[in-house]
Amino acid sequence: MSRTLSALEQEQIRRKTRANWLLSTPALLLLLFAASGPLIIVVIYSFLSSGNYGGVVWEFSTDAWFNVLYTKDIFDDTVSLSDAHLSIFWRSVQLSFLTTVLCLFFGFPTAYFIATRPPSTRNVWLFLITIPFWTNLLIRTFAILELIRNQGVINNSLMSLGLIQEPIRMLYTDFAILVGMAYVYLPLMVLPIYASMERFDFRFVEAGYDLYASRIKVLRRIIIPIIKPGIIAGSILVFVPSLGAYVTPRVLGGGKRLMVGNLIELQFGQGKNWPLGAALAVTMLVIVMVALIFYVRLVQKSERNHG
Amino acid sequence: MAKQMTGGLIRKKPFSITRQHGFTTIALICFFVLYAPILTLVFYSFNAGNNLMLWEGFSFHWYVKAYENELVQEAAIRSLIIAVSASLISTLVATMAALGTTRTAKFKGQSMIFLMINQPLMVPEIVTAVALLIFFAIIKTFTGYYGLGYLIAAHSAFCVPFAYLPIKARLDGMDLSLETAAGDLYATPFRVFRRVTLPLLFPGIMAGAMLAFVISLDDVIITEFVKTAGQDTLPTYMLGQLRRVITPEINAISTVLLGISLLVVTLFFLVSRKRF
Repeated sequence: MSRTLSALEQEQIRRKTRANWLLSTPALLLLLFAASGPLIIVVIYSFLSSGNYGGVVWEFSTDAWFNVLYTKDIFDDTVSLSDAHLSIFWRSVQLSFLTTVLCLFFGFPTAYFIATRPPSTRNVWLFLITIPFWTNLLIRTFAILELIRNQGVINNSLMSLGLIQEPIRMLYTDFAILVGMAYVYLPLMVLPIYASMERFDFRFVEAGYDLYASRIKVLRRIIIPIIKPGIIAGSILVFVPSLGAYVTPRVLGGGKRLMVGNLIELQFGQGKNWPLGAALAVTMLVIVMVALIFYVRLVQKSERNHG
Repeated sequence: MAKQMTGGLIRKKPFSITRQHGFTTIALICFFVLYAPILTLVFYSFNAGNNLMLWEGFSFHWYVKAYENELVQEAAIRSLIIAVSASLISTLVATMAALGTTRTAKFKGQSMIFLMINQPLMVPEIVTAVALLIFFAIIKTFTGYYGLGYLIAAHSAFCVPFAYLPIKARLDGMDLSLETAAGDLYATPFRVFRRVTLPLLFPGIMAGAMLAFVISLDDVIITEFVKTAGQDTLPTYMLGQLRRVITPEINAISTVLLGISLLVVTLFFLVSRKRF
């Protein structure tokens, strides 16, 4: 800005800023009270000692953080890496990654399909994707449960067709969790890819064909690079909630195949180790934040390349 | 980047440039897979028999049974009280915040306000749930209050971004010229707000309230952690039942909840597409 602001203008800006803040204050207070503020308490709790019957004792301790990674043998006090926790973390990351890949495989062609419909029917297809998105996640998980149970629709039909003699055990396996998560999070992949696809200019594709590109080459070299921001957004929208999933692994994993979310809950329930639960929650939060920062970087990079 | 819609022009050519091998097939499979489980669930809610999978004829038996179940009745009423309160509170504060953060020059702290408002979308729900469990446990021991207030506060908070986004979108599309004109005609700021801004913004506010309502009605995780014993909502009641022997009663409750969501989302689409 070349000219300096007069005192009056400065005063006006100050007054407007104050008004804007005042208008936002009720929302901020509510969020501070019942969303953001309590997160700080979780961090504090992760540094306290565990009470005998749940809760905490107000004594500083790093035991909880130690227990996230390590475990002490109760007989000879030898310290080793905590296999149970590490394998649950590892499984959660693996399952979330596979969920993202599965959603991308089905979600990308679906978004493409919707975006290439004529404008008259496009909104109908979009609406069909939006409905599952707004319906209860628990109900959708329950619907999958009914399908894959031992006496479920899939097993019953296969058995009555004589294709199998014994029901295939699908429930309470990693497979069940994977299918369930891919099913409930699929719309989260389709919607952002569709948003990118909708603004896609098909003259680029036309140019590609004029230059004798094959369909696959057009897809790989033209379409995918341009709608990359949508693909990244969809992947992060699927990956983050998958990593924090609690309901789906609880219902479809049956408390046997735990994910981090269930491990955290366990510490506040039967485990009665609140500081450990708090430390695990902070760990999960950090992983998610790293993923989000990674996402922002990727988007900025692809905007620089194509903007 | 040139962003123009040319989808309509392309279809006239014999060689379809939008075609990609197998995409339509995968997309149609996708739609089938999305709806088949839900429709199966709805179908078996009308089963006359006890068994989830053995079809024994059409009946409303399980709907009646769910309706007569006192636990379900109480949970349904509780769900409604919480969802209505949470959507009213979150829509009110979100409307004010949207008015404060849209159609204004960049001001100090604006991005922090955005970050705060969208925070519930970024933090995994289980982490927030655990945080609220701890925080409210402290407040409960200090105040001795164990009512629904905690659930309403928690739901209101995580509904704020859902209410905020459609309202902000609506405001972004409204320019200030009408308000300026009203001001030029000596309307007081309050009158301008009451007679110009609010009526124009109303579809956005309705859309925000509806989204907040659906989000609150469907919440499982935060409710499961924040509730005191005996404060089940419909989703947490269902989650508890899934551990026991499952009867089509759950299907019936699910179908009713699905119906409500479907109704609200359809209304949402109609309201947010309406132009003045």
